[in-house]
Amino acid sequence: MSALLDVQHLTVSFDAARGSRVVDDVSFTIAPGETLGLVGESGSGKSVTAYSILRLLQPPGQVTGGRIIFESQDLLTLSERDMRAVRGARISLIFQEPMTALNPVMRVGDQIAEALTAHHVTSRSEARARAAELLAAVRIPDPSRRVRDYPHQLSGGMRQRVMIAIALACRPPLVIADEPTTALDVTIQAQMLELIRQLQEQFGLALLLITHDFGVVAEMADRVAVMRAGKIVEDGPVRQILRAPSHEYTRQLLAAVPGTRAAASRRMP
Amino acid sequence: MPLLDVRGLTKHFVRKHGLFRPPSIVKAVDDVSFAIEEGEMFGLVGESGSGKSTTGRCILRLIEPTAGAVHFRDENVLTFSKTRLRLARRDMQIVFQDPYSSLNPRMRVGSIVEEPLVIHGMGSQEERRARVAELFELVGLEPEHVRRYPHEFSGGQRQRIGIARALALNPAFIIADEAVSALDVSIQAQIVALLLDLRARLKLTFLFIAHDLRLVENICSRVAVMYLGRIVEMGETRALFSQPTHPYTRALLSAIPVLDPDAPRQRIELDPSSFNRDAPLQVVGNDHWAAV
Repeated sequence: MSALLDVQHLTVSFDAARGSRVVDDVSFTIAPGETLGLVGESGSGKSVTAYSILRLLQPPGQVTGGRIIFESQDLLTLSERDMRAVRGARISLIFQEPMTALNPVMRVGDQIAEALTAHHVTSRSEARARAAELLAAVRIPDPSRRVRDYPHQLSGGMRQRVMIAIALACRPPLVIADEPTTALDVTIQAQMLELIRQLQEQFGLALLLITHDFGVVAEMADRVAVMRAGKIVEDGPVRQILRAPSHEYTRQLLAAVPGTRAAASRRMP
Repeated sequence: MPLLDVRGLTKHFVRKHGLFRPPSIVKAVDDVSFAIEEGEMFGLVGESGSGKSTTGRCILRLIEPTAGAVHFRDENVLTFSKTRLRLARRDMQIVFQDPYSSLNPRMRVGSIVEEPLVIHGMGSQEERRARVAELFELVGLEPEHVRRYPHEFSGGQRQRIGIARALALNPAFIIADEAVSALDVSIQAQIVALLLDLRARLKLTFLFIAHDLRLVENICSRVAVMYLGRIVEMGETRALFSQPTHPYTRALLSAIPVLDPDAPRQRIELDPSSFNRDAPLQVVGNDHWAAV
């Protein structure tokens, strides 16, 4: 199967004159419907990689090399206008912080509808109706009433569901999730991962999952790429990376996960 | 005799709803009791809003509790006068979660660590300087860096500064309130190793407050699980993790991602109607209690 996303030799610099590379010759592919876990610690360049794909890097951040082939076109060569048609419609982003990523003075239904009307997918009245359907798809109870709520009326888990509804509004083939459950409690995280898995199956989504948590990777990913200091040090199928990591850094990172041994020996009754 | 004995600790916050509606009461901490033996690393776990941090702050009286008793070395801290409380705080210290907001950005890190010594009038300037250098070495920081500012340090290093400050007065008891939660996993492992090392070397007793069950399972000898202001289950770590009894503990443990892609996922959903929130803790095993 040909790749949906093919990142080739991506290089990003925040200080091109001095040549320091935040992302250094990074290559990976994602097939349709596949989940790639991009794992690393803070400062490893994993989020910068994601933002580069969407061309949302803030200056002085700058892509200085490589190609990002998505649906057979190089995103780095697109005009800003064409890129806007990709963002949200073909590739969407789920942020870590559901508290700050939503507009606090706009009803959540309108925020979902905005995603549809911005891409001229539907008229405004149709978009309103679709918003309720999307809230139902992310398992928010009583969606026809909830569309009229403001973000502060929803819990953290519910807000994250709204974010997912916005991300899915235009049925994009690829979703980038940047630490989607890091700010959530573990029981809410479990519900959210389950929801994302179900939606992936339902809509055939490919997922680029950016996380620092190997536990989340084990639950979600088909393949894993481990990043450190701007480089991918190891990548492969999830079982291989977790069971037989070949790179020393991957081994150290796995060993640092608390309770690795205890958790492995424990099985729920 | 336990070093710290918390009995019936309660903190109610009153929420006002305007002029014409009666105020409601939030039971942030509701009749919480536990005891920590000398030298123990006692884990207090729960999700956001469970009341675990409020419990920690009530023990140090950073928040005044509504009711209960906190016996430290057999004396009730809650009856102490302000002066007596200040003396007691030499023995009871806290390390906070956020290494970015818990250090004054305008103070040199040496002064931050020295400040408790100044407040408590300990030693001459020379002696305090020597003590700060000693503390820096103890927590694995370069003593030459005392004149730097917090922003010049990484998150892990800042947490070491917070620990050095907590250790300045030679306390017997430290509350670590999500002390490693904001750190990367490899840095987290280093700080946890430091805390365990300090516990052994300085014979410290810890109340380790955390939301990360994997971490608590690894380092604590006994654990209490909080849910909506109450301890729902408590006991020796291995017993509690291998035979969780309370429905909430079961749901919580089943939600932890396991590092094995082939592990069967058996999520247990919490049904709040399946248990009585006001049930008292009962013995369910050797050193193992649950509110069922």
